[in-house]
Amino acid sequence: MSKYLVLIYEDEASYATADAETLNGVLADHMAFIADNKDAVLSGEPLMPTTTATSIREGVVTDGAFAETKEALGGYYLIEAPDIDAALAVAKQVPARFGGVEVRPVMVFEQP
Amino acid sequence: MSTTAGEPQDVPAAPAAGGAVGAAAASRGSLAGLGGDQRAIAAASAVLPADSPREDAAATDPRAAATDSPGEDAAATDPRAVAQAVAEAHRREWALVLAATARVAGDLDLAEECVQDAYAKALTAWAECGIPRRPAAWLTTAARNRALDVLRRDVALRKRLPLLLDELPDPVAEIPDERLRLIFTCCHPALALEAQVALTLRLLCGLTTGEVARAFLVSEATMAARITRAKKKIAAARIPYRVPDTEELPERIEAVLAVVDLVFTTGHTAPAGPELVRTDLVDRARDLARMLRVLLPGDAGVAGLLAFILLTDARRAARVDAQGRLVLLEDQDRALWDRDAIAEGRRLVREALRRRPPTRYALMAAIAAVHADAATWEATDWPEIVGLYDLLLRYRPSPVAALNRAVAIGFAEGDGYGPERGLEALDGLALEPRLAGYAYLAVARADMLRRLGRRAAARAAYEEALLFTDNDVEGDFLRSRLQKLDGNS
Repeated sequence: MSKYLVLIYEDEASYATADAETLNGVLADHMAFIADNKDAVLSGEPLMPTTTATSIREGVVTDGAFAETKEALGGYYLIEAPDIDAALAVAKQVPARFGGVEVRPVMVFEQP
Repeated sequence: MSTTAGEPQDVPAAPAAGGAVGAAAASRGSLAGLGGDQRAIAAASAVLPADSPREDAAATDPRAAATDSPGEDAAATDPRAVAQAVAEAHRREWALVLAATARVAGDLDLAEECVQDAYAKALTAWAECGIPRRPAAWLTTAARNRALDVLRRDVALRKRLPLLLDELPDPVAEIPDERLRLIFTCCHPALALEAQVALTLRLLCGLTTGEVARAFLVSEATMAARITRAKKKIAAARIPYRVPDTEELPERIEAVLAVVDLVFTTGHTAPAGPELVRTDLVDRARDLARMLRVLLPGDAGVAGLLAFILLTDARRAARVDAQGRLVLLEDQDRALWDRDAIAEGRRLVREALRRRPPTRYALMAAIAAVHADAATWEATDWPEIVGLYDLLLRYRPSPVAALNRAVAIGFAEGDGYGPERGLEALDGLALEPRLAGYAYLAVARADMLRRLGRRAAARAAYEEALLFTDNDVEGDFLRSRLQKLDGNS
């Protein structure tokens, strides 16, 4: 089995302007996703918006996200899957109605 | 896998245990004598016998001579005949041999090295012991033996095993046809399309990195980096060496067809360069489509794509004149069209169209078949072609299909047809961003305007088309059209 990180990139403005019903819908989607994929999902967290981000580059602290993009990292799931096809099958179900997801294999280090 | 008695006849000896240095290094060494890549083997008939790797003969177990009966050809040991047999096996069997070896090697790079080594070894072994009756089986066994030998000795490599196998192959069983696994790995949607194409040409067609680079007009270093990156992703992201499940199969076959279609399209009208057609790419695309047809005989998309390639390429001999100038479909000598290819394509179209809804390639092939059926340009059933494009647009909307539909409207006669209507349809595509810089939109407009006698506008459109054309033959054609316009004004 391999681990993959599913990074959720979405348009933050859409969340900022969404009504309560929409936000509740998103939350319900995530709950359903986790319930449907409980064997594959190892962990996952939503993030506060990039307006709350602080970046540090060469020791210099600045306000804001590391890279300014329209669609920002807004949360992640760490999943486990036998191969990329299985990982993509899970990742396709991750709710991301205002954007999409990126799937990255987690690096494995050989045991000496 | 062993060399004990009772093995099938067409089996080379396993590499002699012990004696040789690291097999991977040895394979590089033996290949160096051939110019370092398998392209030399494909062209071996030109270099043999002077450059045949004599040092490799020592690695050939003499027992092979006893068990491997020569073919019926009395000239089997003639170096020229051997070189030809090896070159032919390279062309026909490369994918089969590599796919079967990859499963044992568990690593595409190691598999490639072992297969190259097997082809190099065949040059000497076949010269001494005769050409085996089943060259693919001989080559596969040689390559798999080499791979197993390397893995036995190189523990570090065995631990690396990046290729993801669902089950370990049974070394004793008949070697199965593993090409589908290789195809679906090369054409995995997690790889960039350009990487899929490069891997397909490299691993399934056996082209060298240099050849693939030349086909797509990039430097060899760029192409090498692209292929290396793709192979690394296959290992790191764990792209499985497997035929997809029934559920995802249609989508995955579509991705494979897109790769073959891209190879064909790139060859059919080369995006740039002195020649209109890149014959090598067209032939590779047709070979790939034929391979898919054998492996996926029931798939309507595969049948449609092969039909499309056959019917379109059937016109090859008529597409340029003796001076290498472009000849439009309108002016082509239809007697030069390849009737056998057309007949085969037509049979495949009929089969492909039975699937509902029809696949994109079946419809494209059906359109090509309408042209093939017309004895003359004037006899072309344009309304039928417009109808087929309508279907194509319904199932697979694309701006290029819309453009071709507009052209067909321009050529058809009667109510709702003709150049005026065609031009209207083209104007509707003027703001389509995916057609920005697409030479054929400007060419189609220019032609429609020319036929309507609107010379100034036609001239501007031809000049615009020239800006977007890098193919010399097409460029010359457009310039000749401009000259004709000027002559008439």
